[in-house]
Amino acid sequence: MHTESIHAPELGGVEIHGISRQSFILRGALAAGAVYGATAVTPFVSSALAASSDIDILNFALTLEYLESNFYQVKGKSVGLSGQAKSIATEFGDQEAQHVDALTKAIKGGGGTPAPMPKFVFPVTDQASFLKLAYTLENVGVGAYNGAGPSLQNKALLAAAGSIVQIEARHAATIGALTMMPVTPSGAFDKPLSKAAVLKAAGPLIKA
Amino acid sequence: MSLPAGNEQDHAPEQDGAVITLARDDVARKKFLKMAGRGMGSAAAATALGTFIAACGSSSSSSKNNAGASTGASTGASTGTSTGKAPASGDLAIVNYALTLEYLEDQFYGDVVKSGLFASSPALPTLKMFGQEEHEHVLALHKVAMSLGTPAAKPMGKFPLKDATSVAQLAATVENLGAAAYLGQAGNIKSPEILAAALAIHTIEARHAAILNLTVKKSPTPDGAFGKPMTMSEVLAAVKPFIA
Repeated sequence: MHTESIHAPELGGVEIHGISRQSFILRGALAAGAVYGATAVTPFVSSALAASSDIDILNFALTLEYLESNFYQVKGKSVGLSGQAKSIATEFGDQEAQHVDALTKAIKGGGGTPAPMPKFVFPVTDQASFLKLAYTLENVGVGAYNGAGPSLQNKALLAAAGSIVQIEARHAATIGALTMMPVTPSGAFDKPLSKAAVLKAAGPLIKA
Repeated sequence: MSLPAGNEQDHAPEQDGAVITLARDDVARKKFLKMAGRGMGSAAAATALGTFIAACGSSSSSSKNNAGASTGASTGASTGTSTGKAPASGDLAIVNYALTLEYLEDQFYGDVVKSGLFASSPALPTLKMFGQEEHEHVLALHKVAMSLGTPAAKPMGKFPLKDATSVAQLAATVENLGAAAYLGQAGNIKSPEILAAALAIHTIEARHAAILNLTVKKSPTPDGAFGKPMTMSEVLAAVKPFIA
């Protein structure tokens, strides 16, 4: 069994080879519990570990979209970007905000309550570190949607999630090209990420 | 932004994507075959394939035909399914559809590299890499189609390879089409395993499309915040000019 080295270190520990999806998700949940422990469990983490219904999955996605839109629209402004990085952050930030709106509507439409936007902390100090984290977040977004997609029961929601993940993939590749990082970091098949793997990457950025 | 030149990744020829896992992992494979309806008769498989071929030849047929294939091919495919899920026989039509598109993409990149139009271009490694990835999609989908029934025959592509600019445009068109094609089928796939594989390929097509769009000075997200799906008939009409 071989585990590729992935260029985004946050993705490095992901191993889905040869195990079923269910045991994969279960194992992921256990791993996340071990990583975060009882004291560090934010509402995002605990809801993710409990996630199973379509509404739960959409709320998990909504939180990631909050994170991405906040990253581009708030951190992107405060960190001081220029050139292509600036225009990309503006365009991508607007698209992530549209994902937030679409997911919020879908959750309400399904009779659920949209998760509130948490507070975020981004360890970013300049354009280079901003783009590096953007690359990681977009690739995590791709893996998160691809990992959760097959669990969605409602086919219309699956189609909607598909139309969003396609954009995450386009973003990830674009930022990869801009920063000379791999545009297809997992090769010919994007890796689905378990919730635990997503939490490992995104959890530390979420403060409450 | 130009194509990234120093972007070769050392991804091994054997990827551990879901579809590959499916194709070579014994346990997953057995479970998958059980779900897919191991006893699916060749007649049922032929029905699904026939519908696919019919879809190829008609621009007015819609993806509803595919649902028809599912119904038509379901006879005898339900043995061994304890979950009560619909048999995956309709998935064969979708897998074969994807396989056909991947064959064309694979051949396209092969022809582009052979044409020499990019021989001294910094884009060459990227084009080769994308071609290799499409080739891996072909191998994976062929294995899945084999496990479901009869794989689609390899089409013979014909691509206008006149100059680097128009070829780059065509590459962007092909990849955006591929992304739209996978997106259009996501809701139609019955087997969770095949769906996972299709999703894993879908986002690769999207990544390719974004990079090629950048190369030809188009937006990496030409449809804005939400990717646009295309139906099987729309896609087949669009690729028809490239099938010899």
